[in-house]
Amino acid sequence: MDKNFTLLCEYVGKFIIKACASTGKIVNLFLETCHRLREANVAETVRQMAKLGTDSLPIVVVTTMCTGMVLAVQTAKEFVRFGAANSVGGIVAIAMGRELAPVLAGVVVAGRIGAAIAAEIGTMKVTEQIDALRVMATNPISYLVVPRFIAIVLMLPILIIFANVVGSVGGWIVATNYADISSYAYIDSIRVFTEPWDLVGGMIKGGFFGAIIAIVGCHKGLGAQQGAEGVGIATTASVVLSIILIFVTNYFLSVILFVQGG
Amino acid sequence: MAEPIIQFQEVSMSFGPKIILDKVSFNVYAGETLAVIGPSGCGKSTVLKLLIGLLTPDSGRIIIKGHNVCDFTEDEWNELRKDMGMVFQYSALFDFLDVGENVAFGLRQHTTKSDKEIHEIVTRMLDMVGLPGTEKSYPAVLSGGMKKRVSLARAIALEPDIVLYDEPTAGLDPIMANIISELILNTKATLGVTSLLVTHDMASAFMAADKIAMLNAGHIEAMGTVEQIKKSSNHLVQQFIRGELFVEKKRKECASGECEK
Repeated sequence: MDKNFTLLCEYVGKFIIKACASTGKIVNLFLETCHRLREANVAETVRQMAKLGTDSLPIVVVTTMCTGMVLAVQTAKEFVRFGAANSVGGIVAIAMGRELAPVLAGVVVAGRIGAAIAAEIGTMKVTEQIDALRVMATNPISYLVVPRFIAIVLMLPILIIFANVVGSVGGWIVATNYADISSYAYIDSIRVFTEPWDLVGGMIKGGFFGAIIAIVGCHKGLGAQQGAEGVGIATTASVVLSIILIFVTNYFLSVILFVQGG
Repeated sequence: MAEPIIQFQEVSMSFGPKIILDKVSFNVYAGETLAVIGPSGCGKSTVLKLLIGLLTPDSGRIIIKGHNVCDFTEDEWNELRKDMGMVFQYSALFDFLDVGENVAFGLRQHTTKSDKEIHEIVTRMLDMVGLPGTEKSYPAVLSGGMKKRVSLARAIALEPDIVLYDEPTAGLDPIMANIISELILNTKATLGVTSLLVTHDMASAFMAADKIAMLNAGHIEAMGTVEQIKKSSNHLVQQFIRGELFVEKKRKECASGECEK
């Protein structure tokens, strides 16, 4: 019993130390990235933005359109039954703007782009390309991390705008065809219930989520070890940690932006 | 005698409990090529990584061009690295850039030269390593020998004072290994660089080096000119040159099932 308890304590202790060390490294990388923002290579940043946008847009569109449609399916008939058909558009738009669009876009980009960043930088690490950058007097954070950080922080809010539009359109398609709600009633409820802050708040969340995805992806890539297996581990860890941090951060941002702020 | 351009003074380095270098000292003078030889895992590549700032020694001093680099910050290292080039064991070419852009990388990062000037330098460097017209090829389609040559072209594009070679002939056929050794000699003759060549290829060391240092079990076993090393009375040096060093020990280990995987 005592031995088992000691082993458990050791395990928990090691886990806490590892988590603290990892958190420290991520915070350090974030601070150094912010410190080196002015060293950003503009051409590389624009290239990353274009790549991020074109890579992520289709999957963000499909995901959020389906979510908007599901939201309308689940709410429309019930709302009609209780005589609140005129609220469906607003409910869909607010849910998309405040929560679903930023979180879903964040999760999709974490899976699509965060994983790609971790794999790309991880491969560079295990093939000595990061060492080659350093040997050639080039700081890997300025050259690799900063452009990706800026690109995701700027592009995720733009993807969220698309996600909002497409999600609301998905809800409109279902509401008008499945629950016989008129287009006018759907659109008018969006106008009545929503405020610009619903969209802006969601976009602000997107900026935070973008920072999380970029820093976690780069951190895991730069820490990749032991060949192809190490790159695989780094890629998976990047996606898992990014998604967890997105959900945790989302709670606090929702409280700050829409409960206290709104 | 002039001040050495590289001074290794009682440098020690260990990874965990394993001692890699134990108070290793040597000097390299301007324009000289020193080959560091020794069995696999003896710390040859560690010497190079210490010299380029990828590792920091546990103790001792490393002086490069008059600067004690042991306390250098990354920014100070970056200033010094502009005068240094390195050819990696596995080339370490940037796989997202074509050959031309790989060679041009340092020029674009650290000079204000125009595209035309950079193109001229890249063409000259690729001609020098015997790969004209390969600017648009990507590293993935190059052979091992071609990658090594592009890596050399990239390392010398900024015309550095010091070039470090990490196993430049490893994994190459004898003909290509000869070509690389000749290129090392040509680079020295053309640019007057000081070189440190880490290798276990004796033919390459004898051909390209002015001096040879043999590293074994964390210390310098022998050091001297190529002729002195060839005639060395140290039996470990002679065994290594003849490829006999540790052969019996390895055979016994393998026979008893302890063979290194």
